[in-house]
Amino acid sequence: MRRLPWRVARLAESRWENDSARTLVLEVPGWPGHLAGQHVDVRLTAEDGYSTQRSYSIAAPADGERVELTVERVPDGEVSPYLADVLEIGDEVEIRGPVGGWFVWRPDGAAPVLLVAGGSGIVPLMAMVRQRRRAGSRTPFRLLYSTRDPGRRYYAEELRRPDPGLDVTYVYTRAVPEGWSRPPGRLMLDDLAAGGWPAEFAPDSYVCGPTGFVERAADLLLSLGHDPGRVRTERFGPTGG
Amino acid sequence: MGIISRGFQGRRRGSDGRLPPGQYLVHDFPVLSAGPTPRVPLDRWEFTIDTEDGRRHRWSWQDLMKLPSETPTVDIHCVTKWSKLDTAWQGVSLDVLFEEVESAAEYALIHSYGGYTTNLPVEDLLDGKAWLAYRYDGDDLAPEHGGPARLLVPHVYFWKSAKWVRGIRLLDEDEPGFWETAGYHNYGDPWREQRYEGD
Repeated sequence: MRRLPWRVARLAESRWENDSARTLVLEVPGWPGHLAGQHVDVRLTAEDGYSTQRSYSIAAPADGERVELTVERVPDGEVSPYLADVLEIGDEVEIRGPVGGWFVWRPDGAAPVLLVAGGSGIVPLMAMVRQRRRAGSRTPFRLLYSTRDPGRRYYAEELRRPDPGLDVTYVYTRAVPEGWSRPPGRLMLDDLAAGGWPAEFAPDSYVCGPTGFVERAADLLLSLGHDPGRVRTERFGPTGG
Repeated sequence: MGIISRGFQGRRRGSDGRLPPGQYLVHDFPVLSAGPTPRVPLDRWEFTIDTEDGRRHRWSWQDLMKLPSETPTVDIHCVTKWSKLDTAWQGVSLDVLFEEVESAAEYALIHSYGGYTTNLPVEDLLDGKAWLAYRYDGDDLAPEHGGPARLLVPHVYFWKSAKWVRGIRLLDEDEPGFWETAGYHNYGDPWREQRYEGD
């Protein structure tokens, strides 16, 4: 087994998803491709040789040698403020991957899919949404996406466009748009019952977000009768990334 | 040395050489699990060691509480890059549990409530290197951190420290566990940066 090599990644394009999240489209010569849901390690090296690494989820399915990440700027972080605010088109970082063979969705999956995203946990789930669309898959998807308020959403324009077979439900925890019937509040059993799949449909569920959110969403899914073996989780905390 | 990223300064935090390559320090305690958190009532909890010839050793929660415990303070290193220094635990050394186990097996497959597995050579579980931990930082171990009891094997990446641990199967041949079959390194020494298969 060959070691996963570090590869040079050059920033080809970028766009802001909201005022603190930036999507980076990297050109990575020799990139072997990846599955929706996988992540990469990013390494930054300073002029004096000091280097540090972080892991980031990939936001889009494999597209030749292009790898797309969405990075949330963590205040006081060491790496994310650089990637969000300093890195310019043509600048280079190094990446290694793809990594992770569990939190992945393949277009040949037949079971209905429930995606439950908390905040920036949408990123690997968006790769699955995009993979499904690109592959012309008919697998029914439901996405339940919880953010603090509408302005914190990522990919809002894209998720507004019709995508047959994908249902999107938003849950806002702090502030809601005018006329929104659900009051702001954290994810509840009713949200998962209404915006998800009945347990009898035996869906594959993917839950990603901060630890507290994932703990809660996964517990609620179990209390609705979902098979724990079909609930995949990916958690991250405020680790100063 | 890798290519230089224009304009990257970084922070150099003093860690007295206690930070393995590619790791950074955290002060909170991040959680990583592949699925929902299992809840295991103590009256139904058990820990088993199965030998290669099919003999089973079993401990109930009460049995575990009667065994002498230790309070190791150790540095832990997660393959996702964070390290946490001086974490304080209480638990039973696996040396105590293995005292009555007769086995010549070289490999162990550790299994958990919820179905998680991970593998290690038996020698990495002995001689003061591993514990069955049930308290962290002065409190009972929280379910999301692996309570009621988790394995603690701090000299390898933390995915080897199985949460919600239920038992150990001793094997003559190595059998890769959950992450070890999903692209991660079979052994996972942080000081040799053995993160992924082939490292």
